[in-house]
Amino acid sequence: MPFKQEVPSVMYLIKKKKVLCPSIFLMEVEAPRVAQYCEPGQFLIVRIDENGERIPLTICDYDREAGTITIVVQTIGASTKRMMDLEEGQGFHDVVGPLGQPSELVTDDIEEVKNKKILFVAGGLGTAPVYPQVKWLHEHGIDADVIVGAKTKDLVILEEEMGKVAGNLYITTDDGSYGRSGMVTKVIEDLVENEGKKYDLCVAIGPMIMMKFCVLTTKKYDIPTIVSMNPIMVDGTGMCGACRLTVGDEIKFACIDGPEFDGYKVNFDEAMGRMRLYQTQEGEALLALQEGKTHHGGCGNCGGDK
Amino acid sequence: MAAPGFERVPISEQAPEVRAKNFEEVCLGYTEEEAVVEAARCLNCKNPRCVSGCPVNINIPGFITALKDKDFKRSYEILTESSSLPAVCGRVCPQETQCEAQCIRGIKGDAVSIGKLERYVADRAREEGTKMKVECAPNGHKVAVIGSGPAGLTCAGDLAKLGYEVTIFEALHEAGGVLTYGIPEFRLPKEKVVAPEVENVKSLGVKIETNVVIGKSVTIDELMENEGFEAVFIGSGAGLPMFMKIPGENAKGVFSANEYLTRNNLMKAFRENSDTPIFKGAKVAVVGGGNVAMDAARTALRLGADTTIVYRRSAAELPARAEEVEHAKEEGIKFELLTNPVEILTDDQNNVTGMKCVRMELGEPDASGRRRPVVIEGSEFELETNAVIMALGTSPNPLIASTTKGLETNKWKCIVADEKFGKTSKEGVFAGGDAVTGAATVILAMGAGKAAAKGIDEYIRNK
Ligand SMILES: Cc1cc2nc3c(=O)[nH]c(=O)nc-3n(C[C@H](O)[C@H](O)[C@H](O)COP(=O)(O)OP(=O)(O)OC[C@H]3O[C@@H](n4cnc5c(N)ncnc54)[C@H](O)[C@@H]3O)c2cc1C
Ligand SMILES: Cc1cc2nc3c(=O)[nH]c(=O)nc-3n(C[C@H](O)[C@H](O)[C@H](O)COP(=O)(O)OP(=O)(O)OC[C@H]3O[C@@H](n4cnc5c(N)ncnc54)[C@H](O)[C@@H]3O)c2cc1C
Ligand code: SF4
Ligand code: SF4
Ligand code: FES
Repeated sequence: MPFKQEVPSVMYLIKKKKVLCPSIFLMEVEAPRVAQYCEPGQFLIVRIDENGERIPLTICDYDREAGTITIVVQTIGASTKRMMDLEEGQGFHDVVGPLGQPSELVTDDIEEVKNKKILFVAGGLGTAPVYPQVKWLHEHGIDADVIVGAKTKDLVILEEEMGKVAGNLYITTDDGSYGRSGMVTKVIEDLVENEGKKYDLCVAIGPMIMMKFCVLTTKKYDIPTIVSMNPIMVDGTGMCGACRLTVGDEIKFACIDGPEFDGYKVNFDEAMGRMRLYQTQEGEALLALQEGKTHHGGCGNCGGDK
Repeated sequence: MAAPGFERVPISEQAPEVRAKNFEEVCLGYTEEEAVVEAARCLNCKNPRCVSGCPVNINIPGFITALKDKDFKRSYEILTESSSLPAVCGRVCPQETQCEAQCIRGIKGDAVSIGKLERYVADRAREEGTKMKVECAPNGHKVAVIGSGPAGLTCAGDLAKLGYEVTIFEALHEAGGVLTYGIPEFRLPKEKVVAPEVENVKSLGVKIETNVVIGKSVTIDELMENEGFEAVFIGSGAGLPMFMKIPGENAKGVFSANEYLTRNNLMKAFRENSDTPIFKGAKVAVVGGGNVAMDAARTALRLGADTTIVYRRSAAELPARAEEVEHAKEEGIKFELLTNPVEILTDDQNNVTGMKCVRMELGEPDASGRRRPVVIEGSEFELETNAVIMALGTSPNPLIASTTKGLETNKWKCIVADEKFGKTSKEGVFAGGDAVTGAATVILAMGAGKAAAKGIDEYIRNK
């Protein structure tokens, strides 16, 4: 590949890496153009190396002065596992952003936002994208309540950081190993029905299935709910349509119209189905990664090199 | 070899049954001997009609005569006086409706193979390391170019030759525009042809900054106010895919051609070592009849699918280049003409299982001058398929227009720009290529890039 040579191998330097729990890690990455104008709610796309796929990730924090952004990643398949192997001092081949629309809370009239009682619901990794929004509100004198839910104690992330910027912080685990016990939807019910809380707006971010059930819950109490959709993406600029969703009776591209939408209108079942499109192939890719070199030897016997 | 006659020298191609299973280039190109013999068929006309058929008015008899005389360097020089991407245009121009359509030889026999000769000269120059002529003393003025497709590359190259300090901003991680993400390897090899053309432009001193989405990472106004760019050229193409808005279109297995081609071309999904997956159905239906539809269908075929093109008009109206239709047929792609999908059928998991279609007939001519297809009552039938690729056309992405103060667009979201110099409604901002015309051709985009380079030079000199 003669035409790649002059490109430095490290283009977007990883300045800091921190493992938050065995399957979730945080990275601070040098990306001055992204850091310059990004806002809470937006995302970026990274590529690990020349053969890497384009992986969309939420911008969890940014430092305009230092020209860095923070991402928090959960290892799901081959690419995110490969990403976890990267260390400080190494870098990404590509980082592009900010993409998508900033959160409405950031762009709406601040006085109106101040009059609202806001509840954030973060499921698992969703804590990471919720954090910059809560932090932004805090910096603007608004303290929002936050529910953070995780399967078990070890998977609770960013607790300390969140505690500093949230109004009330409610932590819950599915297995009851930490904080309250049960799903985030149960906490919503408890807060509204038993603890006399009133909310004018809910922002739910997490796995699609969790967002779907959050919306079913908040509907009962007539709390308008915003969700952040993470469908399969390729370019992230509106060019491919892979990220299309049905929202109300319209087709929307998550990468340009979103990623945040009115949760009452999103067709979650369709979206969850579309996510599974490449499951078999991605499973094979993961297997290949795990079995590593043993399956790339090209011995010709097993057909693993075909 | 036979004396120059009425028939063109045939060109060698990979056999259909072989190429249907690989992504190597279909056309193998002329040998020197073949090229010289074909060149000798050109009559070196005093009033060359071919030139008027070429949107950038290449001196066709000039480069062909030099080729005939085996002065390959001179031939390349003549070509590059008017075109900065000859190896690309020689491969993908719709020659049969442009230069070759006008060639006098075409009246009694075959037109001269202008495109194939152009390709030969450009390929040879690349292999021999011949560079474009440059005479650039830096003039200290900065110009930004948005998009690295044919329009952007040409505009940047021409400005660099005039001494401007040019930076191209490209949203994707690789330069080339449609040449890189859209047109497949088997028609336009990326490492062999596209990368060197991009490199040529860089060798003129042009900087290419990838991974910058103008309108998101930074706006045009910010480029001009904060980064010292005196003028901007917008060559952002027409990348927004259209869908049919029929039931079932969000099912698993329905793709835009852009997505399918991007996965395969830009992301190299056909290669074993690429992390990007691509959907491989046993049966694939492609809706549409243009170059994009042919490219998507021939890609699906190469990935192992039994592939059918579904097009609502008849063979005569297929907008794709004749050569591509021919190649597609030879490779075994089926055509369901005068057919239009009305619904995509799915199983209970929302996977595509088929397409409900209707047969069409041609009625009165419509606004485009082509006869309008009308549905034949009661002709509904089901076409079995596991995937549907929509290749219905594209429109410009509104991202730039919506984030640039004072930039006028028309009702198709195309940027309004004058034809002569690409001037837009905003001072210092020029535009050209698909972003202005809607989806068109490589050579037209290139021509627009050239025109805008002149316009920008004039604008900055008179400022
Ligand atoms: C706007 C947006 C923001 C995102 N922000 C973050 C973030 O901040 N941190 C983070 O860790 N992840 C985030 N994601 C998800 C992340 O992009 C995916 O986890 C990643 O692409 C998976 O790649 P992989 O190769 O490791 O897994 P794959 O092998 O591609 O996927 C394994 C399985 O995960 C599922 N999957 C595929 N794509 C996605 C997806 N986009 N989201 C969720 N599951 C998927 C599929 O069912 C698949 O079979 C975001 C996605 C989007 C669209
Ligand atoms: C599959 C396919 C096959 C085709 N076949 C042929 C053929 O055989 N012959 C022919 O003549 N023509 C063909 N065409 C048409 C031809 O490729 C286009 O007309 C031509 O590429 C247009 O050139 P352009 O420079 O205007 O735009 P493009 O080539 O589209 O390049 C635009 C570039 O701008 C970038 N960009 C967009 N928005 C932004 C932004 N906001 N910030 C930064 N960068 C941005 C894009 O990523 C892209 O790289 C084909 C098109 C397709 C899709
Ligand atoms: S650029 Fe295209 S139209 Fe012009 S001479 Fe070459 S092939 Fe013909
Ligand atoms: S019209 Fe045909 S024969 Fe005449 S100069 Fe052009 S290519 Fe040659
Ligand atoms: S990711 Fe391609 S259009 Fe949204």
